[in-house]
Amino acid sequence: MQTAYLYFPGCKLTPFLPQYDRATRAVLRAFDIHLDDTELNCCGYPVRHRNLAAAMLAAARNLAMADRVGLPLLTPCQCCYGQLKQAAYWLGENSDLRIFVNHELAAEGLHWRPGIPVRHLLSVLVDDIGLAKIQKRIRRPLQTLPVAAHYGCHALRPGHVVQLDNPLAPTIFENLLSAAGGAPVAWPLRLECCGHAVRSQNPTLAAELMQRKCDDARAAGARLLVTACTYCQMQFTGIYETPYVSEGRGGDLPAVLVSQLLGWAMGLPDDQLGEEIKSLTALL
Amino acid sequence: MPSPNTIASIALAICLAGVLWRICRWLRSPIGLESEGLSFGRRLGAALQACRKVLCSRRIFRMAAASLWETLLLGHLLQRHPWRWAAHMAVCYGFLALVVFHALDDWSAPLFFADYVPTRNPFLWLRNLMAAVVLAGLLVAVLRRRQAPLKIPRARGDRFLLLAVAVLVISGVVLESTQILSPVIFQEMVEDYMGADDPGDVAALQSYWAAEMGTLPPSHDTIVPEGVMAAGRELHESYCADCHSRPQAAFLSYPLSRLLKPAMIALRDHRVDLWLWRLHFWAACLALACLPFSKFFHLVATPFNLLARTAGPVAATPALQPMRRALALDACTHCGICSQHCSVAPIYRVIPNPTILPSEKLPAVKHDRMSPHSTNEVLAEGSFICTLCGRCTQWCPSGIDLQDLWQATRNDLAPGGRAPIPGRSAAAPLSSPVVTAPVSLGLSDRPETFWACVQCTTCTSVCPVVAASDDPRGDLDLTPQQIMNLMRLQLKDQALGCRMLWDCVTCYKCQEHCPQDVKVADILYELRNIAWQQGRSEGPANGRSV
Repeated sequence: MQTAYLYFPGCKLTPFLPQYDRATRAVLRAFDIHLDDTELNCCGYPVRHRNLAAAMLAAARNLAMADRVGLPLLTPCQCCYGQLKQAAYWLGENSDLRIFVNHELAAEGLHWRPGIPVRHLLSVLVDDIGLAKIQKRIRRPLQTLPVAAHYGCHALRPGHVVQLDNPLAPTIFENLLSAAGGAPVAWPLRLECCGHAVRSQNPTLAAELMQRKCDDARAAGARLLVTACTYCQMQFTGIYETPYVSEGRGGDLPAVLVSQLLGWAMGLPDDQLGEEIKSLTALL
Repeated sequence: MPSPNTIASIALAICLAGVLWRICRWLRSPIGLESEGLSFGRRLGAALQACRKVLCSRRIFRMAAASLWETLLLGHLLQRHPWRWAAHMAVCYGFLALVVFHALDDWSAPLFFADYVPTRNPFLWLRNLMAAVVLAGLLVAVLRRRQAPLKIPRARGDRFLLLAVAVLVISGVVLESTQILSPVIFQEMVEDYMGADDPGDVAALQSYWAAEMGTLPPSHDTIVPEGVMAAGRELHESYCADCHSRPQAAFLSYPLSRLLKPAMIALRDHRVDLWLWRLHFWAACLALACLPFSKFFHLVATPFNLLARTAGPVAATPALQPMRRALALDACTHCGICSQHCSVAPIYRVIPNPTILPSEKLPAVKHDRMSPHSTNEVLAEGSFICTLCGRCTQWCPSGIDLQDLWQATRNDLAPGGRAPIPGRSAAAPLSSPVVTAPVSLGLSDRPETFWACVQCTTCTSVCPVVAASDDPRGDLDLTPQQIMNLMRLQLKDQALGCRMLWDCVTCYKCQEHCPQDVKVADILYELRNIAWQQGRSEGPANGRSV
């Protein structure tokens, strides 16, 4: 039977990382997963530091839409994932917020209720599809290429809210990379922030945080960084929302997205995967 | 009183001068970094060069095809919004047909018809048909607006356009119905075309017209003998029928004339038709003169914008970008489709700043006359809440590259495209209403949140922001653990201006590692929310530091 999800690409994906979108769709298609493209709105993460209620309403609207469509939400962005999970948590905890949000949603005939499933791409690949099935599809194993799994904060912590994996010692990402034939390295800063969150307020700090991670991964022997989040990848590859920004570049360790790496290992055509795949093939 | 031709010529002159002025503004408006150091002349030169390149390339054929499909037929709108398309086509082409074949009939008729007489069929019928098409289009437009899921604020310009078209068309229909009824016009026509020498003939003709052509009868209760009617028909056929079809074909104005008949009997000696004619004529001249200064101008700007888009990279050089943006501002019809698909539209329900919505941000950019050093706090808030998801650009039926416009204005509002944060910018307070939604989770106000804190400094030790600094005290003012301590001491305000708050990357390590389950990161989020809230209601917290 075909599995289906309501696809939540998040705002930045289409304009700034369309290759992540293409690669994710291609990989999931190969596992016979259908993605529903009902139009959704911003998850609320970018406005979370400004206004809690606005962020929660935005997230809740997406959850309520998923409930209406009747499918679990699937997002390839860890910040979107974290925000959707945070909203579900706080709406359950705080009745003022819940009453306000449901009052606003009622104008569109929508309603938030607890228990609407939200999945990150990593969980869909590892838990829903399963590593055994993925391993069977690998056509071009990564020849034990030393890779660094960059976890990303918002899908990992707070652990009891977002529930992706053990927040202090996660393995989900490494397991997936091993299944694709890579050799994930153990690096001390693997659970640290990429720095994107402060890129507009404090670009120096953002660059510093990123560079520390790159240095740490390289010191641990990694030759490639793998991300599973739109924001993290934009940070590591130096993609800016405003073309005028001159300060800050990407990191000096090549970074690819998880769907690009997996898609390549599965033998999917390069044109479905994006430019970054060249930095992978150059290493093999 | 100047002659109608003089008045119309003045209106036309105002219109043409206005169009020229607007086009000059496209070459002067300083939107985006590229505009710095670009003179009017250089921008004009770049525009002319792009035109020349396009005209001399094979792209011209693609542009011609695109202009037919997109500009004239609005094919892209038909595919996505059939009802909007129908309404727009009805109003636009119905109105255009009336302008060309009715308002300008002195010039257009000889070109198209050998035997044009406005009071004969099919012209009588066609004129009513066009009016009906326009009115139906207006009705659909108004009803559809009421049913849109997201209520976007309406601008005066939208109403002016709808109202101007409605006044012109309705006044025309009413005018025609009073002309059908008018006994005075009948008398004038008799004098001009028949010669009124025999009162018997005139009476016979008038009886015939009252019975068959809808004119007011000479008096109420005259019973016309059969012979007189026959004489009237004969006179009608020899003097009138060449130029007059039966007005029943005017399916709007004839039934209206039956409704107006009692009123017109009372006003039979007044030239109501002349007053209506003046209203109709002045409304038309006013609309013409207002064209460059109102939403009517999209008739010029939107096709230009669609064409510039089809021209591709040739028309997107840095020297042309400021002009493209200024053109885009004029090409917006405020249709609101962008806002219906806006990713951050739900946020507008909580933060009542209309410039969050693209359809409202664009007029704000236009009104602000953007320049690379703009300071507009309201617009800045809206601009930085936008996530640049690009959906508005995908949906815009006028083909505006809104994404580019938002990127450029962001940069104009905050050089380097950096979001302003409260306490760091010097600007006026926002005047929009205060949020009614729950402001916070109340974590920072409840002693329970912190009383487990034992000041063990785990939060500070695991913080990557602290780790990245050689001098945390100097770089951050306060460490996470110190902020928690201020909370314990109920000194929340002391923490609102510290740099740690704005450098926090929200990685939640502090919270995850806290042995006492203090929600450190959630509290930092909450403090930022409070700082923003204070920034909105009382102006930014300038210089607040610990």
